Amino acid sequence: MDNIHTLQEFMLHTKNIIYILILLALAAFPLFWRFLNGRDKE
Amino acid sequence: MSISRRKFLGWMGGASLVAAGARKAHAAANRSFEGYAGSLAVLHDITRCIGCRRCEAGCNAVNELPQPEKPFDDLTVLEKRRRTSAPAYTVVNRFAPAGDGQPPVFVKKQCNHCLEPACASACFVKAFTKTPQGAVIYNPNVCVGCRYCMIACPFEIPAYEYDKALDPRVTKCTLCHPRILEGKLPGCVEACPTEALVFGPRDELIRMARDRMRAHPGRYLDHIYGEHEMGGTSWLYLSGQPFETLGMREDLGTAPAGQLTSGALGAVPMVVGLWPVLLTGIWAITQRKEKIAAHEQAQAVAAARAETEAQAEVRLKTALEKAAKENAAAVAREVKKALETAKTAPQGESDTEKKS
Amino acid sequence: MTSPQTTTGPGRLLTPFNLVAGIIVVFGMIITILRFTGGLASVTNLSDDNPWGLWIGFDLLVGVALAAGGYVTSAAVYIFGLKRFHAAVRPAILTGFLGYALVVLALHYDVGRPWRLPYPFVVSAGTTSLLFEVAACVALYLTVLFIEFSPAALEWLGLKRARHLVTRLTLVLTILGVVLSTLHQSSLGALFLIVPAKLHPLWYTPYLPIYFFITSTIAGLSMVICESALSHRYFHGKMDAAHLSGNRDLTLGFGKAASWVLLGYFVIKVIGIAADNQWHYLGTGFGAWYLVELLGFVALPAFMYAVGVREKNITIIRWTAAWTVLGIVVNRFNVCLVAFNWHLPAEQRYFPHWMEIGISVFIVTLGILVFRFIVTRMPILHAHPDYDAH
Repeated sequence: MDNIHTLQEFMLHTKNIIYILILLALAAFPLFWRFLNGRDKE
Repeated sequence: MSISRRKFLGWMGGASLVAAGARKAHAAANRSFEGYAGSLAVLHDITRCIGCRRCEAGCNAVNELPQPEKPFDDLTVLEKRRRTSAPAYTVVNRFAPAGDGQPPVFVKKQCNHCLEPACASACFVKAFTKTPQGAVIYNPNVCVGCRYCMIACPFEIPAYEYDKALDPRVTKCTLCHPRILEGKLPGCVEACPTEALVFGPRDELIRMARDRMRAHPGRYLDHIYGEHEMGGTSWLYLSGQPFETLGMREDLGTAPAGQLTSGALGAVPMVVGLWPVLLTGIWAITQRKEKIAAHEQAQAVAAARAETEAQAEVRLKTALEKAAKENAAAVAREVKKALETAKTAPQGESDTEKKS
Repeated sequence: MTSPQTTTGPGRLLTPFNLVAGIIVVFGMIITILRFTGGLASVTNLSDDNPWGLWIGFDLLVGVALAAGGYVTSAAVYIFGLKRFHAAVRPAILTGFLGYALVVLALHYDVGRPWRLPYPFVVSAGTTSLLFEVAACVALYLTVLFIEFSPAALEWLGLKRARHLVTRLTLVLTILGVVLSTLHQSSLGALFLIVPAKLHPLWYTPYLPIYFFITSTIAGLSMVICESALSHRYFHGKMDAAHLSGNRDLTLGFGKAASWVLLGYFVIKVIGIAADNQWHYLGTGFGAWYLVELLGFVALPAFMYAVGVREKNITIIRWTAAWTVLGIVVNRFNVCLVAFNWHLPAEQRYFPHWMEIGISVFIVTLGILVFRFIVTRMPILHAHPDYDAH
């Protein structure tokens, strides 16, 4: 965090991470949904 | 007016989203970003400017810009108010103050090199960078040419090479960043004959501005333009006339550009995180309802069938019983008849009756 | 009873419609050449003060809003379980897909170096920009729409296995479509959050992203009604029984939804004025124009939709839908062009060059031509005989 001097740098840093998390979340939702309903045999 | 508006960042309707959006802005506001220590700036003392346009000439020379139609010593250009453009990173404008006999006022206009640049916040390819030395510089090698930086800039500075078909660039003052790195002055500051422009560390320039205010009571308004505007800029201005009358907006507020967008940006991951949950939930509920409806329908059909069957059975049973009763009655009747005939008939006939 | 313009038998190429479309396409090509040889200056009225003009205001902002029918209809059918509107999904997805494709095409004219459009994702990601969010979502959503549309093309081509694979993704694609649409529809409004000093206070509000999202659903509902009316008229022969009989039900259902959402939008618009205490601006010239938008293009259609639904009057609903679509155009123009730079003197304001309008007309014409090409060949307005319509 020592190299962050401006709000712009802070936002760039945090948004970079958040966009990666967003991609992971989008992949996680359908996979977890399948896991959640994996035993429902109907 | 606009400050309270900017403080209010929770833009999503849902309460949880409002809280999330506000917390993000809070997180940013809670951490105070002081900018780069010792970054450089320019103080423009408007009261000292004589409108000679030497700064424009200096800028033109060091940036190797095309020669304008009218030479820089032609002051008739000042009759029309100008803005920065692709071939002119800086322009000087003349303003007539209110009241008769007042001398005209000259103001230099160029990129203010914001501490928190709106152009950098708006750029989707990071073409703009606030350097530790103070300049906001532009990288044409990644620029797509969407011109959102020009929309975003509150000072209306960036210009565009509209006449270039395939390689147009956004253009603006660089604070002579390459010269600063070499230890030289920006071209305009070097060219200024009246010390209306002073280059130095921003903190020191603010102190110098205050000193001048103290030293010359009545000469300046008590406002260093750029100290707080849009989060502060690396160009600072001193004036004896209200800045608003000099084409400089005083309604920009002090919130940096990033704070204006942080609420909306903060809602993006909330939508990604919660929409799939909500929508899948709604889908599952409709599915379940449909299944229950189908199940109930099947049950109703089965029940109806069972009922009809039961009714049929009952009907059958009663019919059978009735038939059986009728049978029995018929048998009894026949027996009775037979017995009666047997009484009157001879013995042999009665034997036949028994056998049957 | 297919109308003469659209019976495109091989011998009927010289119809009035084709003639007009042909002329527009030729003009479009000429302006395209001018744009990519002479730069924006040769075909637009854009300036340093007005960097965004018609191609952003209409082609991007209006185009994206009017292409919202895809996510609205597929969400209604696949998520909210309104299966009786199933016949409307394919036409809505097709217009959505074409709409977004044309938006991206139009951007190639507007930006300086169009081949760099993927740069935000592969070279230098400027994640602090709302435009990054818009670009990412539009790129992803265009892909989603393409996959959602593909079953029709695969049925046409007879690729049964591929078609089966894609249809298994329906729910995931629908949810992803709604997520992406929520994000970029709202972010288009959020683009203007950074310019409180340039956008008129009546239009500048922190609620801008919500307004843009809500109006996109209104636009989507209204566009589906309009499209179904036009398809009914011009592609009647291509429609099967399910599409023909469902048309009335669809118009009534979507009309009712649009009326209800318009009411909600009206409420939050009024609250927006109260939140920033901008009442006094209503007495100005801009205020009058704002009231025209608010009363004429929000309150009025909300009421007229309701009348149409109550009276079961399809004609009223269809005309209201067209009026609402016009209202969306007015709203996007107001934010991007009319109320933007309101502080500048008249001579510094922007008005589009005729060639800018020419390119916009050219792109819309391309959309209609491609739409006609597809619906006259692929199972869009009718179910493919080999597949049941779910």
